[in-house]
Amino acid sequence: MSERTQGTFQSRLLRGAHRTLTGLHPALESVLAAVVGLLIGALAMWLWGYDPWGAYATMLKGAFGNGWGLSDSAALATPLILTALTFSICLRAGMFNIGAEGQVLIGGLAVITAGYFSLPPGLHHIVALVFAMIAGAIWSIGPALLKLTRGVHEVISTIMFNWLAHFLVLFMIGNVVVNPQSADQSIQIPSTAWFPKLVRGTDLTYALFVSIAFALIIYFILWHTAVGYEVRAAGLNPTAARYGGIKNKRTMLLSFLLGGISAGLAATMIILGSSPNHAMFRGHGQLTNVGFDGMAVAMVGRNHPIGILISAMFFGGLTAGGRLMQLGTSRVPVEMVRLVMGVIVLTMSIPELVRVFPSIKKQTTELVKSLKKLVGSERRRGSA
Amino acid sequence: MILQLIGFTLRAMVPITLTATGEIIGETAGLFNIGLEGILLISAFAGALGAKAGGPIVGLLVGMGVGAMVSLVFAVINTYWKGTQMVTGIGINLFAIGFVEFGLIRLGIPGYYAIPDRFHLAKLNTPFGLLSPVIFIALALPFIVYWLLKWTRAGLMLKATGQAPEAADVAGINVNRIRLLASVLGGALAGLGGAYMSVAWFGFMTKGMSAGRGFIALATVVFSGLNPLLALVGGLLFGFFRSLASWVGTMPGIPIPGEFLDMIPYVVTLLVVSGVIGRVRFPKSLGKPYIRE
Repeated sequence: MSERTQGTFQSRLLRGAHRTLTGLHPALESVLAAVVGLLIGALAMWLWGYDPWGAYATMLKGAFGNGWGLSDSAALATPLILTALTFSICLRAGMFNIGAEGQVLIGGLAVITAGYFSLPPGLHHIVALVFAMIAGAIWSIGPALLKLTRGVHEVISTIMFNWLAHFLVLFMIGNVVVNPQSADQSIQIPSTAWFPKLVRGTDLTYALFVSIAFALIIYFILWHTAVGYEVRAAGLNPTAARYGGIKNKRTMLLSFLLGGISAGLAATMIILGSSPNHAMFRGHGQLTNVGFDGMAVAMVGRNHPIGILISAMFFGGLTAGGRLMQLGTSRVPVEMVRLVMGVIVLTMSIPELVRVFPSIKKQTTELVKSLKKLVGSERRRGSA
Repeated sequence: MILQLIGFTLRAMVPITLTATGEIIGETAGLFNIGLEGILLISAFAGALGAKAGGPIVGLLVGMGVGAMVSLVFAVINTYWKGTQMVTGIGINLFAIGFVEFGLIRLGIPGYYAIPDRFHLAKLNTPFGLLSPVIFIALALPFIVYWLLKWTRAGLMLKATGQAPEAADVAGINVNRIRLLASVLGGALAGLGGAYMSVAWFGFMTKGMSAGRGFIALATVVFSGLNPLLALVGGLLFGFFRSLASWVGTMPGIPIPGEFLDMIPYVVTLLVVSGVIGRVRFPKSLGKPYIRE
């Protein structure tokens, strides 16, 4: 009896260890991809005549070395969490939504419109947030409907909608939400709607908590509700999901809407939070490429809300450190960071990255195999 | 006036037609590359650098070479390493944005680089205005590719690897190698389209040069149903609407704001694609890596 309980305990322990190790696989892949990205970034810097190691040292110190750096990294991570969620929710439902860029811009316009009201703080925040969420969702309906009714591939339609958003924003800044003092930007949002600073002297505001809360909500919806289960099932195997009684069209529309809401929120985080002018710019300023960078964040975060929180911090740190890198002795332009991002995504597209590095693959598979064998023998003994 | 409009249409048609034709070769073999936008951007930049170093012809060749190289990376990941094609494409696009912005800063003014006049490709004087010789390549190429796909053994091999890779494998065709070659060839054509933009059309390089053309080319491929001749028609169509937009913009007394005119090519793309879907059939194994059992 005692031997038996001991056996089951041991096997449970082993099984746990086994799960952790195989569960580490995805994380290991993300880390490997990040390393490959940084190495190729170093190569590019070296080719262009910069000092890569000095640059990376400045970057690392600037991003995570002290409180200021950490706050700036978190501030840059705030909108990335949300645009990454836009991509991930749709990917979980089996679609490639690359329209976050445009949805962010339209969400930004809605936030600017909310600036025309004079409301007490708190209420003003809520109005701006709701406006942006609705606007983002509305902009995501177009590609969703085109896909559902006409079968237009979302990669094409979302990109076209991004460009439409780009020109619409240019028009609105020039003609509707005009700033009389400056032709380059829209009106400024009144301070009643600004997010209060979390750390003085940095860009970090309470917006971070909104982002994290939204990521947790999405996690809850996707993994702990029936609707979320349907979304994920439709993404894993649409045919099986349909036979299982899941309405694929509804889940598609839903994931697009959730994505749009998330992207709209991302615009709010920037305009009410970190942007020094609390306005929109003709060149889109801080809103530029937030949607595209979000895709890299999503990929490295393995399209899981919790993973996204971590990887957003990593990419936020890259950009925050990158800005210092630009000012420091190495003077490497911050655009380097996006090059690194691209390589990381490229690397992430290789399935079971570890397989490309044979020695790592061999070791991990052997370890997993031996663990499996152990668990198996324990189980047999336990049942005997 | 009409002649001018035709001339402008021809000029605007080139990158889309070339890229779409290249992508048709790749998609026939079963590779779906959404990194075209990035390839256009990066090869436009490489073309500008090449032209500065060795004249316009070198610029075009460098653009083609870089396009082929990026496609080679894409193809290796998605044939031998069984990658996810969509994700690779997204990675290429991100990389291109970063690489080109980074490179432009290194050249001086952030986001913009003017190629000195003497490095521009000479243009032919025609009734439609000054036209670059590349335009005639773009006009002829779809016919050549059509012939290649329809009437040659190589074309059949391409189709087989896209439709039924197992059968092709059994017939002794190296599926992965064919896909690799198709993708590299397609990338070279997209690269020519990109280099054309900087070396033979605009004469300068900006960080937003590709302006969605890669995706419009993807839409053209959908519209064409993998027929290069229809890709030419699609390219002309989008070229026409782009030139119409800028033509209307120069007319006095038309109360449409320029921003809305700029939207026209993108709206037309959406309309055209939503009009043809359902009637077009793509290779069965498009987008799937071939895994030998």
